[in-house]
Amino acid sequence: MATSSVSKGCFVFKPNFKKRKISVPIEDYFNKGKNDSEDSKLRFETYQLIWQQMKSETEKSHSGFQKNSRDWGCQIKLREIPTAALVLGVNVTDHDLTFRSLTEVLQNNVTPYVVSLQAKDCPDMKHFLQKLASQLMDCNVDVQSKEKEGVQVTQKKIHYSMDSLSTWYMNVTQKTDPKIPRKKRTPSQWQSPPVVLILKDMESFTTKVLQDFIIISSQHLHEFPLILIFGIATSPIVVHRLLPHAVSSLLCIELFQSLSCKEHLTTVLDKLLLTTQFPFKLSEKVLQVLTNIFLYHDFSIQNFIKGLQLSLLEHFYSQPLSVLCCNLPEAKRRINFLSDNQCENIRRLPSFRRYVEKQASEKQVALLTNERFLKEETQSLLENLHVYHTNYFLVLRCLHQFTSSLPKYPLGRQIRELYCTCLEKNILDSEEYASALQLLRMLAKDELMAMLQKCFKVFKSSSEKHFGNTAKRIEEFLAQFQSLDAEAKEEEEDTSESQSKGLQKTDLYHLQKSLLEMKELRRTSKRQTKFEVLREQLVSFIDSLVREYLLLPETQPLHEVLYFSAAHTLRQHLNAAPRIALHTALNNPYYYLKNEALRSEEGCIPNVAPDICIAYKLHLECSRLINLVDWSEAFATVVTAAEKMDANSVTSEERNEIIHARFIRAVSELELLGFIKPTKQKTDHVARLTWGGC
Amino acid sequence: MMSKLESKEDKMLEVQFVGDDDVLNHILDREGGAKIKKERAQLLVNTKKIIKKPEYDLEEDDQEVLKDQNYVEVLGRHVQESLKNGSATDGGNKVYSFQNRKHPEKMAKLASELAKTPRKSVSSNLKSDPEITIDIPQCSKGHSASDKVQLKNNDKSEFLSTAPRGLRKRLIVPRSHSDSESEYSASNSEDDEGVAQEYEEDTNEVILSEQIQAQNRVLSAPVCKETPSKKMKRDKTSDLVEEYFEAHSSSKVLTSDRTLQKLKRAKLDQQTLHNLLSKVSPSFSAELKQLNQQYEQLFHKWMLQLHLGFNIVLYGLGSKRDLLERFRTTVLQDCIHVVINGFFPGISVKSILNSITEEVLNHMGTFRSVVDQLDWIINKFKEESSLELFLLIHNLDSQMLRGDKSQQIIGQLSSLRNIYLIASIDHLNAPLMWDHAKQSLYNWLWYETTTYSHYTEETSYENSLLVKQSGSLPLSSLTHVLRSLTPNARGIFRLLIKYQLDNQDNPSYIGLSFQDFYQQCREAFLVNSDLTLRAQLTEFRDHKLIRTKKGTDGVEYLLIPVDNGTLTDFLEKEEEEF
Repeated sequence: MATSSVSKGCFVFKPNFKKRKISVPIEDYFNKGKNDSEDSKLRFETYQLIWQQMKSETEKSHSGFQKNSRDWGCQIKLREIPTAALVLGVNVTDHDLTFRSLTEVLQNNVTPYVVSLQAKDCPDMKHFLQKLASQLMDCNVDVQSKEKEGVQVTQKKIHYSMDSLSTWYMNVTQKTDPKIPRKKRTPSQWQSPPVVLILKDMESFTTKVLQDFIIISSQHLHEFPLILIFGIATSPIVVHRLLPHAVSSLLCIELFQSLSCKEHLTTVLDKLLLTTQFPFKLSEKVLQVLTNIFLYHDFSIQNFIKGLQLSLLEHFYSQPLSVLCCNLPEAKRRINFLSDNQCENIRRLPSFRRYVEKQASEKQVALLTNERFLKEETQSLLENLHVYHTNYFLVLRCLHQFTSSLPKYPLGRQIRELYCTCLEKNILDSEEYASALQLLRMLAKDELMAMLQKCFKVFKSSSEKHFGNTAKRIEEFLAQFQSLDAEAKEEEEDTSESQSKGLQKTDLYHLQKSLLEMKELRRTSKRQTKFEVLREQLVSFIDSLVREYLLLPETQPLHEVLYFSAAHTLRQHLNAAPRIALHTALNNPYYYLKNEALRSEEGCIPNVAPDICIAYKLHLECSRLINLVDWSEAFATVVTAAEKMDANSVTSEERNEIIHARFIRAVSELELLGFIKPTKQKTDHVARLTWGGC
Repeated sequence: MMSKLESKEDKMLEVQFVGDDDVLNHILDREGGAKIKKERAQLLVNTKKIIKKPEYDLEEDDQEVLKDQNYVEVLGRHVQESLKNGSATDGGNKVYSFQNRKHPEKMAKLASELAKTPRKSVSSNLKSDPEITIDIPQCSKGHSASDKVQLKNNDKSEFLSTAPRGLRKRLIVPRSHSDSESEYSASNSEDDEGVAQEYEEDTNEVILSEQIQAQNRVLSAPVCKETPSKKMKRDKTSDLVEEYFEAHSSSKVLTSDRTLQKLKRAKLDQQTLHNLLSKVSPSFSAELKQLNQQYEQLFHKWMLQLHLGFNIVLYGLGSKRDLLERFRTTVLQDCIHVVINGFFPGISVKSILNSITEEVLNHMGTFRSVVDQLDWIINKFKEESSLELFLLIHNLDSQMLRGDKSQQIIGQLSSLRNIYLIASIDHLNAPLMWDHAKQSLYNWLWYETTTYSHYTEETSYENSLLVKQSGSLPLSSLTHVLRSLTPNARGIFRLLIKYQLDNQDNPSYIGLSFQDFYQQCREAFLVNSDLTLRAQLTEFRDHKLIRTKKGTDGVEYLLIPVDNGTLTDFLEKEEEEF
């Protein structure tokens, strides 16, 4: 069937009913794309599993802050509408998720009547009430039997007022009242459940509608108990800006602040990436791309997670060995079933080759020829990798505790920044690390103590046994610092004595001299204080930890199995630049069509280029208006010159016609692309719509 | 007294504000100045590029350095690693730089340059060197002018190379050193006659005029030599902002006044256009095929990603219709899918929703509003999780669908778990349709598919600039309506047509006044009272055959809202029938 017509724009295709029954499972698409891929089904299942786990993890973090809002809403004064203002931040796209879980929580714990409205549904009071009513009835239908459906349809058409709503409410609550005690609802002081109205995007509501609604509903409050929840993206002041005092005084507003999106990102990263729970890891570049899109473009957690999902998908799609990207016992089991091809794949991994080269020659031969030996080795390598990650994250957190509060934050304030630097290059070589250590050497005792304490907690929380030692070391450090207290006091007295001695009545010259001496003395003696020594020890201890555990992931054999590194595909699909693609295609056709005839210097195109490129190039030379005649002649000049080389045998008149037709086509294509538009300013002229490109 | 003072002040002002430009304009002509300026702007770009190069190479070495400060730049520049992501090698500064004033004849010049440089372009080398630029383009300019003269004068396809050698020499020699815009300055103020005249002149006269201009050259040449250095100096201080305001300072745009009517082949209708184009053998078909094959390999990946909740949008130059069509025929054969031609002028969200409710879901009822319909569809799809629907939208950014409301609705549809959307966009500014909320509804994955295919189907509907309306539709409706009328009524209408055709060259023709019309009809024994005529006219008006307009004097004027070509055709046909 054709999909073009002069009378129709939509074409529906329905396959035969029988055919439709056989729906192709998604997995098939996964492996159809590549013939050589191994274990694709398993890979896909793993992908799904990990993704589900990750998703549930993120959703948990969403619902965290809402718990506090549950208990609230009990106090009510006579004329005031209890109101909650949720400050949610600018990441509007994430709000939906928040509101959804909030609605759920409210419905489960407080009241069945939860209605959420969006500004675009309610341009005026009538629509507002209509939406409110219809949603309320829907809520109600869920609770009650659905037999009222017929009534409902008729109700939809009547004009709603607050009166009708409150009578409806009375009816409903009276009906359901006897049920409530049986159901054992959460005890509340409402004799009947309140109606909760969520205004998702408070800022975009028209002021008048909001004001009217609040005034009216405050009149009906005694018979229609209402609770408002405002979703606010900017700041709480907006409530007062939208509502005059007379109206806002009718509200009893309580403010709730949600997590800022940056903190949200931190928790998401913390739960998904900085953990050994999920074997999948991102390389530095991918992480950079994702965080940059987040920080510079939208602040949207949802988008960030989408990026994460895409990278997970890409990883499993493109890397055949990603079948091993699962938890350790399962991976070990799977290694035993690896096919010969997969073994070859392992041998081909660059990191594995590097590893082999380092081994003794007999072992090299064994690794390259003996499948069983290879599998055993792979198992142990994977285990090493797992251990490496466990240590890595512990030490990373520990280091973060030490560096996150340093002045000027040489290694970043957030753990993700630290993580990025660690992934990017060997942190020991970086200047930032050196300066961080320098700063650590200057910290006061109580600060160090606090950090140590936190660090100790980090290590304690992990069950890993080979860090028992480290934890013990830290504990010792703590104890030593504490014991320093007493000694330090004595010392201080000493120094103060000496100081008082030094400051006798002298002339200026002597004073200067003695001060210099004291300074000298202090500098030399300082190194000797116990605190200094201990601090030095601590710093070198941390340094040794970093040296041992914070190695680059690229140095680990088999890291390709777990790390996704194709950052450019990610950026291409998430953060595309259509304008630039268009520009390149028009300016430099050689970029796409690898034909030597098209190769040219920058800023020029050969005359054999596609018509649209030539027309585009010519139009760049014009200012705001373009004369079509001039344009077509210039076009013809170029094209005839190109044709001549092909030695066409067509007659000139016909050729001219054809060239004109080609010009027309190119122009209308440029119009479709939005570079030019017809104008009436001058006959046979078009207007240019873009700047630059000269 | 006052006026004198004012004029004095004017003079004072003029004296004060004469800049280099004005001096130059005084000596040369305006275009010359603009042209030189343009050249040094190009030079500027070049030097910039040279400065940028090393930094850029570095970046390639590090593959992707995404430092905060140059993040935006890097994004704009894209990654070099992959071949297929259309990254402009010349970064964003070219794409988004301000426009500077263009020399009106620049296009012809470039055309001749392009035409002349066979494969490799020499001109870019030339451009980089200011000294040569002054000479060479002028030289080529001369060619272009002669080119054009040739083109116009002898349609026997005696082009530049075939032209008599001596003539060519004569044409070029005096020009090569003369001030470049000699020809244009002659018709400087877009004197239409001048241009037209020039083309009617025979070559001798051209040479004559050339000689006259050659006299000018003595004066202008030394100045010309001087200017580049001066300009360069000024250039350092001026920046893009100034250039922008310069480009917009004069409200008048300098273009030539030539119109298509003077050309023989002014407008083609859709059919002949199509026929002509079918004769053109496509170039680079091997490369295009290779490109397409690359994209076709992605089909299964697309299916996978669609199933996982992403939606796919294709961008890049060239029609993506064929590609999507192949996608449809290879992968979607066994699924319910709807193809939506966004470029179809009558498309609307309503029609999309209708085809979903009526043809996909077999629902016969009607809906009060689009939103209701959408809600119904959403509920339906949520209830029946086994239902799956693929939406293929060609040109999601078309005129009819780009509205905020339409995009919102399509976005809501696409956010459903079991509706899969794959769409293509072509317009330069298409991504501006979507704000964050819509983008998260769509959940796009972007794929670049530059195909270089022609937008044949997409442009066939729109009233393109140079495509004549074939008028076959109005013509047939005219005949149909008139056939049902009485002979007298037909006569009345024919009178009106003839009058309109007689006046077709009169630009101020607003229609035939009712009184005159009545008089004419009476004379032709077509009506006997003005009431009959009015009754007849009402019938015409009901069929939208005529339009009435009140003139400035309050008199009713009658006009047939059909173009003259169609009317002529109609008359011819009528005469054949009788």
